[in-house]
Amino acid sequence: MFSHGILERNSLLLLVGILVVVAIGGLVEIAPLFYIESTIEKVHGMRPYSPLELEGRKIYIREGCYLCHSQMIRPLRDEVERYGHYSLAAESMYDHPFQWGSKRTGPDLARIGGKYSDEWQRDHLADPRSVVPESVMPPYAFLTNTPLDYRDIADQLKANRTVGVPYTDEDIANAAKDLEAQVNPDSDGAADVTKRYPKAQVRDFDGNPAMISEADALIAYLQMLGTLVDFSTYQADAPENKR
Amino acid sequence: MTDHNKEVDSHSGTETTGHEWDGIKELNTPLPRWWLGIFYACIVWSIGYWVVMPAWPMINGYTHGMLNHSQRVNVANDIAALKSARHASESKLASASMDHIQSNPDLLQFALAEGKAAFGDNCAPCHGSGAQGSKGYPNLNDDVWLWGGKLADIQHTITVGVRSTSAETRQSQMPAFGKDGILKPAQIRDLTEYVVALSHRPANAAAVKRARQLFSDNCAACHGEDGKGNREFGAPNLTDADWLYGGSPQEISTQIYLGRGGVMPTWQGRLSPETIKSLAIYVHSLGGGE
Repeated sequence: MFSHGILERNSLLLLVGILVVVAIGGLVEIAPLFYIESTIEKVHGMRPYSPLELEGRKIYIREGCYLCHSQMIRPLRDEVERYGHYSLAAESMYDHPFQWGSKRTGPDLARIGGKYSDEWQRDHLADPRSVVPESVMPPYAFLTNTPLDYRDIADQLKANRTVGVPYTDEDIANAAKDLEAQVNPDSDGAADVTKRYPKAQVRDFDGNPAMISEADALIAYLQMLGTLVDFSTYQADAPENKR
Repeated sequence: MTDHNKEVDSHSGTETTGHEWDGIKELNTPLPRWWLGIFYACIVWSIGYWVVMPAWPMINGYTHGMLNHSQRVNVANDIAALKSARHASESKLASASMDHIQSNPDLLQFALAEGKAAFGDNCAPCHGSGAQGSKGYPNLNDDVWLWGGKLADIQHTITVGVRSTSAETRQSQMPAFGKDGILKPAQIRDLTEYVVALSHRPANAAAVKRARQLFSDNCAACHGEDGKGNREFGAPNLTDADWLYGGSPQEISTQIYLGRGGVMPTWQGRLSPETIKSLAIYVHSLGGGE
């Protein structure tokens, strides 16, 4: 006869029991997300981050931007009115980990790309109150003076490929070259960057062509946020997209 | 535990669990009734919730529930409701000419309100929440305009932007005379004095004289022989007291050296044509509209 007393007296048995119960919960709640249609959204335009954008994303995480900025426009009227189309799951498909955030001391950044100029981003990062007097954001002036350390960029692409981002061997072999070319529109590799990473913006982001700075990477990342999905082909009204 | 004799604690009248440590016995106090009641009510509620709301993942989808609740349908409906509430005024705004909007008080009020709201999120980060601008970002309250201050000019600037990614962007670029080695440091010093003199301030007369030809050769094509600027190129008037990058000799010299020019994004696509129209009317109304 099974009794709770048996479980309470045998820690190993209790452990196995806990594992079985938690596994059932996981199977029911998590496993279906990987195969049911409604969680796998088909959109046009998503691509892996270019090497420079990936470096910028790393700085975004390193500086803890996600602590005050979300990247998640919720399907609510007021948010859509202010920030644009609500975020789609597919828009963070190459994010490891995603940067949805959970708190907005500053505004949402999911569609910040192209909203303000590079120069503004530069001024604002260096001294937020020089352009937004009421801002409480700390200054990040050092980013423009700090050379970007991208020695491990090929390895970063490889690491992302390990977790499912479809970087090709060619992408990985050219990672450092693409990174350098994205801040130099006159270079030979600039055309390759937009070929490998469609819609990638190629220009000198930090206003100092002499150095690839951390500001170059971060602004390149900010300027592409939310710009990839082609909303002219995304049908929000299609039955499979209603949920 | 079932394998012990039920023992009732004489002091509290409650059963013990049969566990005993150093002569201290554990009471088997039952859970409070109110707590149990809420616990069971939650279970009942969850069953009801599974039935009416989307809940269980299945093989080919998930249970939609009797209410067929969908966040995305809800937001689509909310936005549709918003659009229909605005429709009457918005469609008038879309079809009316700028002059007509200005002369129609209702329409004007609607446009100003919409423009103000859109300005707060989209324009204020650069131009300031009071549209006062800052160094490198034009003040929109005054009557100094780089690309024109008529309603149509402002509307066009907002639509296509300045040095933006739009194919029709307003475009011009001041050369970086110093940085790119077009002029020598001494020439920049002379030109600085010349620009200071243009804005009716005391300057080194000899330098001004030396720089006359320099200005004519390098600057006049955009800023005009008289330095009064040219809106076709977004070239500022150098004879007034307003300066985009500062008016001190040091700041003027820096600008000649670097030839900075700001970028204003194109708002086509991000904002609706009606919103852009409203913004133009709002900015025009700030004080300097022509």
